Amino acid sequence: MDKALLEINELECVRGDKQLFSDLSFSLQAGSLLHVHGPNGSGKTTLLRAIAGLVLPENGEICWNGETTGKQKDDFNRELLYLGHHYGLKFELTGYENLKVFANLSGADINEHEVEAALTKFGLAHCVELPVKVLSQGQKRRVALARLLLQRSKLWILDEPFVALDAAAVELLLGVIKAHVADGGMVILTTHQEVAIDAGQLQHLHLGQQPLDRQQAGSMPSASVTEPH
Amino acid sequence: MLSTVKCMVMRDLTLAMRHRSDVLTTVFFFIIVVSLFPLGVGPDAALLKEMAAGVVWVAALLASMLSLTRLFADDYNDGTLEQLMMVPQPLSLIVLGKVLAHWIISGLPLVLMSPLLGLQFGLEGDELIMLMVTLLIGTPVLSLLGAIGAALTLGLRGGGVLVSLLVLPLYIPVLIFGAGAVTASAAGMGADGHLSLMGAILLLALVLAPWASAAALRISVE
Repeated sequence: MDKALLEINELECVRGDKQLFSDLSFSLQAGSLLHVHGPNGSGKTTLLRAIAGLVLPENGEICWNGETTGKQKDDFNRELLYLGHHYGLKFELTGYENLKVFANLSGADINEHEVEAALTKFGLAHCVELPVKVLSQGQKRRVALARLLLQRSKLWILDEPFVALDAAAVELLLGVIKAHVADGGMVILTTHQEVAIDAGQLQHLHLGQQPLDRQQAGSMPSASVTEPH
Repeated sequence: MLSTVKCMVMRDLTLAMRHRSDVLTTVFFFIIVVSLFPLGVGPDAALLKEMAAGVVWVAALLASMLSLTRLFADDYNDGTLEQLMMVPQPLSLIVLGKVLAHWIISGLPLVLMSPLLGLQFGLEGDELIMLMVTLLIGTPVLSLLGAIGAALTLGLRGGGVLVSLLVLPLYIPVLIFGAGAVTASAAGMGADGHLSLMGAILLLALVLAPWASAAALRISVE
């Protein structure tokens, strides 16, 4: 069995004065997909942002390759691609310009053809030269997702990536995710949509579940990891 | 390292070119504020000449405040700021690029306009050049120090007023030496000391401000 690349140890996150989860531990190895489940407000986004380094956890540590991510920020960020609720796009720039900025900053040597190919793959060939603000919600999301094809990051963290996408785009994204996982990549995602995700080593993480004994008032929010494979 | 800064400068300049009204607001604010003084004070040549440097400098401070609140706020609101924090480059370099772009957009035009405005106050030859030189050294400091305030107040309600309260006191040394240099050279004394001190402030701000702003941004985004 492969060594786990990403390890979460006894993670605890607090938002305001509400404890979202504590003692959360799991690990991910190359070629696996983690699907995070949980009702609204259970801390899915906070967990993803904590792994991405945007939120400082109250307790616990997040290790990449055996070292905490905080100590190797640049190395970890090179392997990380986080797409959240915001598109992370400048609406005044064209899709092409948006992608080019991130490609340049990520240090990857990406030429114009690759950027255009990524946009074409996501069905945006005709809007390469249009500012993002005139695109529809779904098209904006597609531009943001095109970054998946450009940056050769190993770990993808996708917060609700299927929102606003049409059926064809959902299929396309699923294909991209499967190819990435098959290629030894890792994906952590949340979604409330009924999407048949099945790729590589599939793991499920359930946040905000009450323990079986529901009568016990004031019980701690808990989390569980199941590995059906 | 340089390519990171260049990439950010080009990006912010492109954005500014597509939002030209924002750039022009700052410049016209500066022009109007400076022009109001001769109208209000009256045509007393000696008095105007004496207050010229101070008026231009105070107007420059206020004008650079004007665009400061939006330095990081736009990127914060559309989520690009958090994406920029996750690129494998030091955040302080990205901040430096943004500050440099801010200076080119809102500081450099003030430097270029200043001789014309100085004429309204009866400044001549050497004094006009000195006014321009002090603004050339001083306005980057305004952008650099302002970035710290903008980063600290990011996402807060009423951030605009708070930035002014935080940052304007920090501008005082630059104001004193900047206006002082022009007055000193007009009085026939050398302004070397003033300029050296301003240069020192600029270097110090260049080293420390991007780093401090980056730290403040990390706190604000969380």
